[in-house]
Amino acid sequence: MLRAENSEDTPTSTEPHSSTSDRTLSGRLENAAGVHSADCYQCGKCTAGCPLAAEMDHAPSQLLRMLQTDLPQHEERALRSRAIWMCVGCQTCVSRCPKQVDLPRAMDFLRQESLARGLVNRDASEIVAFHRAFLDSIERHGRVYELGLVAGYKLRTGHLAQDTTLAPAMVLKGKLGLLPHAGNRAAVAKIFARARALQKGSGQ
Amino acid sequence: MKIGYYPGCSLLGSSRDFGESVVAVARALEVELVDVPDWNCCGASSAHAMDHLLSVALPASVLASAARAGLTEVVAPCASCFNRLASARHAIQKDPALRKQVEQVLDVPAGSLATLAEKVRILNVIDLLQRCSDRIAAKVTQPFARAVACYYGCLLVRPGEVVGADRVEDPVSMDVLVEKAGGKPVAWSFKTECCGAALSIPNTPLVGKLGARIVEDAAARQAEAIVVACPMCHSNLDMRRGAIDDARGKKSGLPVLFITQVVGLALGLPPSELGLERHFVPVNLSRPAAPVA
Amino acid sequence: MSRIGVFVCHCGENIGGTVDCAKVAQAAGQLRGVVHSVDYKYMCSDPGQSILKDAIREKKLDGVVVAACSPRMHEPTFRRAAEEAGLNAFQCEMANVREHCSWVHEKGEATTAKAIDLVRIQVEKVKRDAPLHPIKVPISKTALVLGGGIAGIQAALDIANTGHEVILVEKAPSIGGHMSQLSETFPTLDCSQCILTPRMVEVARHPKITLYTYSELEKLDGFIGNFKATIRRKARKIDEKACNGCGVCTQKCPQKKIPDEFNEGLSMRRAIYVPFPQAVPNKPVIDTANCTYFKTGKCKACEKLCANGAIRFDQEDELIVREVGAVVVATGYKTMKVDRFPEYGYGQYPDVIDGMKFERLASASGPTAGAIQRPSDGKAPQTVVFIACAGSRDEQKHVAYCSKICCMYTAKHAMLYKHKVHGGKAYVFYMDVRAAGKSYDEFVRRAVEDDGVKYVRGRVSRVYQDGGQLVVKGVDTLLGGEPLEIRADLVVLATAVQAQEGSEELAQKLHVSYDKYRFFAEAHPKLRPVETNTAGIFLAGACQAPRDIPESVAQASGAAVKVAALFSQPELTREPIVAVVDRQPPPVFSNCVGCLLCKSACPYQAIDQETIKARNGDPIKTVARVNPGLCQGCGTCVATCRTKAIDLQGFSNEQIFAEVMAI
Repeated sequence: MLRAENSEDTPTSTEPHSSTSDRTLSGRLENAAGVHSADCYQCGKCTAGCPLAAEMDHAPSQLLRMLQTDLPQHEERALRSRAIWMCVGCQTCVSRCPKQVDLPRAMDFLRQESLARGLVNRDASEIVAFHRAFLDSIERHGRVYELGLVAGYKLRTGHLAQDTTLAPAMVLKGKLGLLPHAGNRAAVAKIFARARALQKGSGQ
Repeated sequence: MKIGYYPGCSLLGSSRDFGESVVAVARALEVELVDVPDWNCCGASSAHAMDHLLSVALPASVLASAARAGLTEVVAPCASCFNRLASARHAIQKDPALRKQVEQVLDVPAGSLATLAEKVRILNVIDLLQRCSDRIAAKVTQPFARAVACYYGCLLVRPGEVVGADRVEDPVSMDVLVEKAGGKPVAWSFKTECCGAALSIPNTPLVGKLGARIVEDAAARQAEAIVVACPMCHSNLDMRRGAIDDARGKKSGLPVLFITQVVGLALGLPPSELGLERHFVPVNLSRPAAPVA
Repeated sequence: MSRIGVFVCHCGENIGGTVDCAKVAQAAGQLRGVVHSVDYKYMCSDPGQSILKDAIREKKLDGVVVAACSPRMHEPTFRRAAEEAGLNAFQCEMANVREHCSWVHEKGEATTAKAIDLVRIQVEKVKRDAPLHPIKVPISKTALVLGGGIAGIQAALDIANTGHEVILVEKAPSIGGHMSQLSETFPTLDCSQCILTPRMVEVARHPKITLYTYSELEKLDGFIGNFKATIRRKARKIDEKACNGCGVCTQKCPQKKIPDEFNEGLSMRRAIYVPFPQAVPNKPVIDTANCTYFKTGKCKACEKLCANGAIRFDQEDELIVREVGAVVVATGYKTMKVDRFPEYGYGQYPDVIDGMKFERLASASGPTAGAIQRPSDGKAPQTVVFIACAGSRDEQKHVAYCSKICCMYTAKHAMLYKHKVHGGKAYVFYMDVRAAGKSYDEFVRRAVEDDGVKYVRGRVSRVYQDGGQLVVKGVDTLLGGEPLEIRADLVVLATAVQAQEGSEELAQKLHVSYDKYRFFAEAHPKLRPVETNTAGIFLAGACQAPRDIPESVAQASGAAVKVAALFSQPELTREPIVAVVDRQPPPVFSNCVGCLLCKSACPYQAIDQETIKARNGDPIKTVARVNPGLCQGCGTCVATCRTKAIDLQGFSNEQIFAEVMAI
């Protein structure tokens, strides 16, 4: 990223403002992720460039607006949205944002809050199932066992027939291993366990 | 030249073609790839979408393993792995509180990750090929004389401060490599427009819709192939070509090649060594090259 | 024995609320040398000053300490009062018990004790004050105006009309600045050149204005009232006196393919050219970087064709030196270029242009005679997208400020387009509409309500080329963030207003402050907008901050009156806080040994040397000499002097030492 010699150093985004409360979602966002939602002046450039904006129930800039009001009904709307699960983290928004608001990081945070509070949008169940199956696979094998991932996804979603025509082709092309590759299995399982314990302990 | 190698899960499986071409080209260019010992999955998008701490800890474990093995540079050909490794390295450097948590999760001594960023640097496949670009130019025997659209996708170029890319909206690093291999990169407008990434399984029609725009523009510019440097992009443009054809209402036979396959062909390596037979959209290069405008 | 008076001011609650003023006065009264010590509510008021004056007369005081606010506030007030009572002004000192005490501490004993300390320090100083007399310095009643845009022109005319000489220096071959490039101006839609050119001619004809175009300031020495400006008159390669402006040379020059800067690259000019038909002076200039003769030694077509023999290939730059009393900086602005926008094409798309280029398209005297055409193929665009705030209010582009004029000129552009291309569609993507001037908001509403310009609130994320058109990816935030994609034939970016090229170098030449954006700094953002912190140098126009024509003109007149006020005095009075090289009785004559370290230390080139002579003229020794007219009293030489031969009047070594020992 280009920086002019005369630009002032901006404070690191991980330093929260001193009086940020955890009572509001915007406060928690700031404390957990260092994203200051008040910086956003709602220009909409993120929405204009988002490849998935047309599919979202709420535009990305609107999600930030919902946090800016600090009203519980807006916070809930954001956490229940389908939009946060449609976001694939392509980083286009933050690369163009004139206020350099780290929207992808905010999206990560909103997803985790949504999960923690059990507010996941029903339409997002496939996406969540995919992510869960992916992480399960890593926890079990240390790496992604693709066949296991697909199986896990199908079991969670009930989409048993999805991509069934693709699987044989993948096997024939040598791109779908029938057996898992394992890597660092024991250590990875412990990483998962410790991460879980650490976050439960801090109430996240 | 010796360099650390992090293939990541997809290069051993669904993007085996990419993995094969990387290994073949490295051999041809006399680059010794040293596997990061006992590497684990970087977590890809699923980890950062669901669990921030995990999404930093998993790549950090890989970096720590590389550091322990004395590998100062590691090439991660998968763009997502590259981005996650680079992001984790960046996050650990910038956020001491997070670093402490990661140390706990990895069960390493407190403070031991403080110098991790200085010990290990992450490269992507284009960085590696750029280093060898003189060697490539010298060893080309069958110039890849085709018009191609270089598709960079998202994670090789964004966010700029983590991955070190400049010219984020119109990158040229892959275009330059294609030229070194004898090809003609076309100017087109979808170099960094997202392909839909991890929505490939949970929302295939949407991936088809996004991919359709990419294929549409490449075809309109008379490209004879799309060249990529990311397994996800390849999969969404190649394996999911059916969804793309559905979205466009017509079929397209535009092949999708990895940059390492393009370079490999130019170096005279046989297609079978480069995994070209594993594609869904056939890569038919037997006909003579179309006259390039 | 000293007879000092101490006056402790309460300043209402400002001091009195934190410091026990009565106690301070009482403690001061106990100090040796103090014969009168009182406290009072408001010393700066008329009654307060009377108290001061009466005490001086009645108690025959030979020194006064006023414990109050900062000397920057009221030192002149009390010094004047002291003079009126018959005491030398420089025997009146102030102890700052407000900014340095009551305003920065909590109420308590320690605070009062500090106030007493501060008073004691000043008492010790005043004991050693000697009467000093202001230095009178002549004023050169000529003004130097840098920049010949509308602000510089206005300032020059206003100063000249007060009867003083003005030298106007302009970098370009003609005066007029950016205003000469504009088509119509808001909010009246007056033709810009029609209202500007009469002023330009007035400048050229004015008997009191000397115009140096194609010239730049090389160096500025001196100080207020007594500047010495070195001006570089760049070589036009034309003898201006011989040239009659016939223009034959500009029609026959074979180098025809040079992008014309005045037309923002939309047309070509020749190597010998006049920037625009109404140029003042209407004399050509040779662009030596592109001239065949200067590149290869051949051609000389212009010389052959010139009936008056006015071509002078061997003409050199000329350096001239002028004495001026004041400088008005009116060097204007530049706009951000389109290549600074990666998301809008890195400047590669010919049909993505900036506002200035649109002005040239719309201008009746422009390259298309006022027809709005696409630079790529010359066709009239049927859909135009105007993007406001391009680069402004954008921390990613390192321009956090609002450029002020773009909302207005974007509305103007959209209106002009609609008037010229009937049936064309115009969109303006905006964030806020800033139209705060007189008749400004009504002007923007005309664009929306009368001319049907579609205003969409949202920033454009990306513009890319598809076929012969441009795809604009915007958003309508007022519709809840609905993406809006438009296929446009022309995209106009209202790019950020920035400091003029070379501002930093110029500011350093002038010793004037500037901010991080390289805009020149005013002395006080609210109350002193046309002055700088450098005495004698004033500001006018957009060099200080983005601004429109009415404000630039008003500010230029404001700067002019400051200059006139300066010139209205017969001479300049300077504070006698200057350095002096001592004199001693023979055989020493002076403690100065002539090492002249002080000369190199002096930041104001105020020190040179002189020879002390005997009565018969024989030289005795060479010592340093301070020019009291140039000395700024900074004290650097005093600190440097090894033999303590040089001292500062009003802040002598003895005084400072006594002050420190009094703490």
